[in-house]
Amino acid sequence: MVRNTQVSLCGIKLKNPVMPASGVYGFGGEYRDFYDPNILGAVVLKGTTARPRFGNPTPRVAECTSGMLNSVGLQNPGIDAVISQELPRLREFYHGPVIANISGFSVEEYASCCGKIDGLVDIIEVNISCPNVERGGMGFGTDPELAAEVTRAAKGATAKTPVFVKLSPNVADITEIGIACQEAGADGLTLINTLLGMRIDIRTKTPVLANKIGGFSGSAIFPVALRMVYEVSRVVHIPVIGVGGISKAEDVIEMMMAGATAVQVGSENLRDPMACYRIIEKLPNLMEKLNIENLVDIINIAE
Amino acid sequence: MSKLCRFDILENRQVAKDTYSIVLFGDCSSVTRPGQFVNIALEGHYLRRPLSVCRASTESMTLVYKVVGSGTYQLSQRKPGTGLDILTGLGNGFDITESGENPLLIGGGAGAAPLFWLAEKLIEAGIMPRAAIGFNSADEVFLAAELAQLGVPVTVSTLDGSMGARGLVTDTVGRIGLKYDYVFACGPEPMLRAVYGLSEVDGQYSFEERMACGFGACMGCSCETKYGPKRLCKEGPVLRRGEIKW
Repeated sequence: MVRNTQVSLCGIKLKNPVMPASGVYGFGGEYRDFYDPNILGAVVLKGTTARPRFGNPTPRVAECTSGMLNSVGLQNPGIDAVISQELPRLREFYHGPVIANISGFSVEEYASCCGKIDGLVDIIEVNISCPNVERGGMGFGTDPELAAEVTRAAKGATAKTPVFVKLSPNVADITEIGIACQEAGADGLTLINTLLGMRIDIRTKTPVLANKIGGFSGSAIFPVALRMVYEVSRVVHIPVIGVGGISKAEDVIEMMMAGATAVQVGSENLRDPMACYRIIEKLPNLMEKLNIENLVDIINIAE
Repeated sequence: MSKLCRFDILENRQVAKDTYSIVLFGDCSSVTRPGQFVNIALEGHYLRRPLSVCRASTESMTLVYKVVGSGTYQLSQRKPGTGLDILTGLGNGFDITESGENPLLIGGGAGAAPLFWLAEKLIEAGIMPRAAIGFNSADEVFLAAELAQLGVPVTVSTLDGSMGARGLVTDTVGRIGLKYDYVFACGPEPMLRAVYGLSEVDGQYSFEERMACGFGACMGCSCETKYGPKRLCKEGPVLRRGEIKW
């Protein structure tokens, strides 16, 4: 039997639910040595801001048990260069859905960037959860009113492209943020971004990251992400993209059962550049084993 | 072009204090230039370990590494006959076509490893380099005999004076007034800065930085240059003197 891995997000058809998470895939070209990106459900671009950014001082990555920290801090060439250079470059070799990830330091910046890229990509993911920038970023994602304000601004600045809001796990109750975004007009939600974390080098007695604190990701956070996707999916009616610690096809199934319509694979790509390929290749086989005919049938199935 | 390959360990032996040389058999077609590096997956460790290539042919390569933590310790305990999952062909490497007639190869500690293949390539191209390498003490010295065997005049420095000249390798080069018209440097950043300050001579500097992916995806190892940000794993680890922001 043919196994149907197709899912759809706000009417945008994905051949499978697997896409790289923002920030591990650059602007799409880095993995071409390993596999054809056209196998992906979608490509998600690196977090983009109004102006070019170098990000934080190095070291800005650190290893942890079953995961890693990063404090990259949104290095990107700025929205204008993404539109004029990165997107056309990506379209030369990739023909599937594209999700842009937009970050900002004020509500106006979010609106301006979303307005500029409206109609040029398939989904705009508004990142109100970057833990690595001093102001803005996660500050917008930990307060329901601010999250709603950014969502309204992004929706107000766009007419053609659906807006997903990417939520921070660094909150007491993620459902109230999710609900606030939905009420403000979000077309979907992506969760979760990284958890705040830290490492200290016991030989030098100093924090490993120059920024001291960074975002924790990797397979260790999968249960946290799954729980949050489960909680939020129960209280919103808009689609949820599940992300956090996914490293294998089984995780994709589990995340979809928790309520995700699609999933993003993050740090696993950095340790295994073939991660998405490996997961996508295994999905039909795993569906057969689990007696799943259509992947959409398992979304939100877990009671 | 980077490539994910399986390699067999042919040899893995200690060559100096905490310093090991591992010979790997497998597809090295992506390793084309001295100064490139590979990223090795190790069981129980989330991120790969980036190690520079000491020398390579089409089907085997030698890496020299220092045991600094549990990952490199685990690697040092791996036996010949077992396999490793390695991402190869990473980084830009040194470009020998830009070398002068009398280049100086300068390196410190385990970071000096790429100088061996670099010397071989320069000699193949008809250029005999000089080398100056520095270590903490005599028991850490490696590469000196191998370079000498190639006919390269080698100056060894040790911080404690237990072998060769006493002091930093850059101090030695300055003191004995080594003449060179181009420099290839690799080692820790303080050493690179000292080389940069030694003279105005043009050259290529190979940087070390903590990295995650090693193939340009995560932006973890970015470095600001005079020509904008560069990823040390992709547009580096070798930077031209003219682009370094010091």
